[in-house]
Amino acid sequence: MTGRVFRQVKRLALLLLAFASFAVAAATPEDRLSAVFEAVEANQLDVALKRVDALIADYPNFRLAYLVRGDLLLARARPLETFGNVLKTVPQERVEDLRAEALQRLRAQRQRPGDDRLPRYVLQLNPDQKHALVVDARRSRLYVYANAGGKPKLIADYYVTLGKNGIDKTREGDQKTPIGVYHVTANLPRKKLTDFYGAGAFPISYPNEWDRRQGRNGHGIWLHGVPSNVYSRAPRASDGCIVLANPDLESLGQRLQIGLTPVIIADEIEWVDEATLDAERASLAAEIEQWRTDWQSRDTERYLAHYSPRFAAGSQRLAAWATHKRKVNAGKSWIKVGLGRVTMLRYPHERDVVVVTFDQDYRSNGLSNVMKKRQYWTKENGRWKILYEAAA
Amino acid sequence: MLNRNASRRRLYGGLRGGVILLCACAFFGAAAARADDVEDAQKLMKAGQSQQALERVNRALAANPKDPQARFLKGVILTEQGKPSEAIEIFTKLTQDYPTLPEPYNNLAVIYAGQGQYEKARTALEQSIRTHPTYATAYENLGDVYAKLASQAYGKALQLDASNTAAQNKLSLVRELVREPGVKPTAVAAAAPAKETPKDAPKEAPKDTPKPPVVAQKAPEKPAADSQAEVLKAVRGWAQAWAKKDADAYLGYYAKDFKTPGSGGRADWEKSRRERIAAPKSIAVGIDSPKVTMRGAEQATISFRQTYKSDKLKSQSRKTLELVKTDGHWQIREEKAGK
Repeated sequence: MTGRVFRQVKRLALLLLAFASFAVAAATPEDRLSAVFEAVEANQLDVALKRVDALIADYPNFRLAYLVRGDLLLARARPLETFGNVLKTVPQERVEDLRAEALQRLRAQRQRPGDDRLPRYVLQLNPDQKHALVVDARRSRLYVYANAGGKPKLIADYYVTLGKNGIDKTREGDQKTPIGVYHVTANLPRKKLTDFYGAGAFPISYPNEWDRRQGRNGHGIWLHGVPSNVYSRAPRASDGCIVLANPDLESLGQRLQIGLTPVIIADEIEWVDEATLDAERASLAAEIEQWRTDWQSRDTERYLAHYSPRFAAGSQRLAAWATHKRKVNAGKSWIKVGLGRVTMLRYPHERDVVVVTFDQDYRSNGLSNVMKKRQYWTKENGRWKILYEAAA
Repeated sequence: MLNRNASRRRLYGGLRGGVILLCACAFFGAAAARADDVEDAQKLMKAGQSQQALERVNRALAANPKDPQARFLKGVILTEQGKPSEAIEIFTKLTQDYPTLPEPYNNLAVIYAGQGQYEKARTALEQSIRTHPTYATAYENLGDVYAKLASQAYGKALQLDASNTAAQNKLSLVRELVREPGVKPTAVAAAAPAKETPKDAPKEAPKDTPKPPVVAQKAPEKPAADSQAEVLKAVRGWAQAWAKKDADAYLGYYAKDFKTPGSGGRADWEKSRRERIAAPKSIAVGIDSPKVTMRGAEQATISFRQTYKSDKLKSQSRKTLELVKTDGHWQIREEKAGK
């Protein structure tokens, strides 16, 4: 009997066995769920049932675990037809939601990026930034990277719920999650929120300069938890927010720095090896350094050559910017520019757009100031150019 | 999918276990007179006379309080009489005294399942199988209990509320494990057509040729006779609606305060009736030799021989309906199979 009954679940699980880097040292509920499927694959259905019972005892709101428990019990009564073998009369979209969650969780568990695979976006973190978050929408996954000497190192990853209507937010109320480079802007503790947001919320900086330039609107995109009556939500269920299980949000929350921690949301993470990342970082860093020295040189035309014809900062286009800079530089007998705490984050889903943020220490005869600045760089005819520049 | 007949079969599985025990009585040094009592009690219970059966079995137990066969039978009778806690006590003691017997575990499980305690039922059934790995009844019950537990787990997974029909359907079906004893065996076959064909079912389809009602002697007056004709007309209408598989019309013949069998309530009962009416491709219902007895102007009892034929089942049975006149219509308030 046992040889047949869990065929479907086994098939599902086997499909996902692309990478065998699975640790049985079960800790998170997801690890434990994965261990349940492990037992199913090994044809140890009794072990699987015990594991899922223990999981439910510890996480009584983990609906997906109940679905698996239902299958394990039903398999004892009769052969299963499918994973989540509920009656056809129950709302199928709810079953589909749980199936999708199972698939996303297992896939992420079994296809963890190897050590030599890094998201192409995190080119450089500044020394104050302890972490960067990278979301892979297609996998319903949030990866946490620690700042290891400016380079990213994967330390945790979580299942996340994203917008009902998917990604690439453009309009208010479109129930989509934006794609882009953002950062955490605030920390809203649990007691200031309704139960719907669970353990807390961290708004992010959507819409950013790039979004506004593209005419995207809307607001209120948060990282937040789930209501107390659930452990997690379906992969596509939010109004655009990034939703984590409450324990996950709590442990993630401890790592977040308001105004500092980048949140990069990609449709599907583009993975590169470290050498590629190093090369891209070096190429852009060299160009930024050239821009800095050209600015100091007071050769305004050389300085302006770093700006793209498509440059815009608010309503100011390249011509106005150039006129202004020529006028300012004409009065300078000396300029010194220092750059510090540089962050470089590549923009997902755009062709070679990098968001660069740094502290700028500008000194000259007549005026000196220190500011935080943000630039958007893009590659035009093989050369990095500035598309946007303003105080951050 | 579980059905009434399956439930009944399993209950009698338990009873058969009792019969097996009876044969083993020699090992317990049983006295002949007591064996007779137990046998009589068994017969009485099968005939639906559970109170008399209980008296006999108590007599047997007075003579020999430890007799496992009599104790088991008493447990079954108490289960049928809707006294689960007393029955649980008896079966539990039996499992302690005779831990290798599977039947007491099985019946404990049936009672627990009836109370919605599926985890307990599961434990008992697993115990039953451990002591007796080939005990088919326990396997069958265990399958249902697993299915029920699965359904509960799915319910939690999908956050189905109590009003969800699918969940309710599963629940009531398993609940019938206990509800079932209250229904007499012939009644179930007749009222609840299922896949099994009774051995004594007629080979030919019953001809629905109505005979004039045999008027009960106590009701000779004409107005009463008119009322009797009305009652019979209503019952024929009921049978026709059933045969046409017109569930709405069929259910319309039941009074608002109709005594639904078991404890499931009107909604459960209607649902199961709709399912049973919908299941066969064709249904023929015949009413033969009806006898109408008036109880005043607004109440009547009708007894008849019901012949039922569908593509799945043929059966004949006696049926008695209690009808009440409401707003000028005769409606069924109680439905009893048997005499």
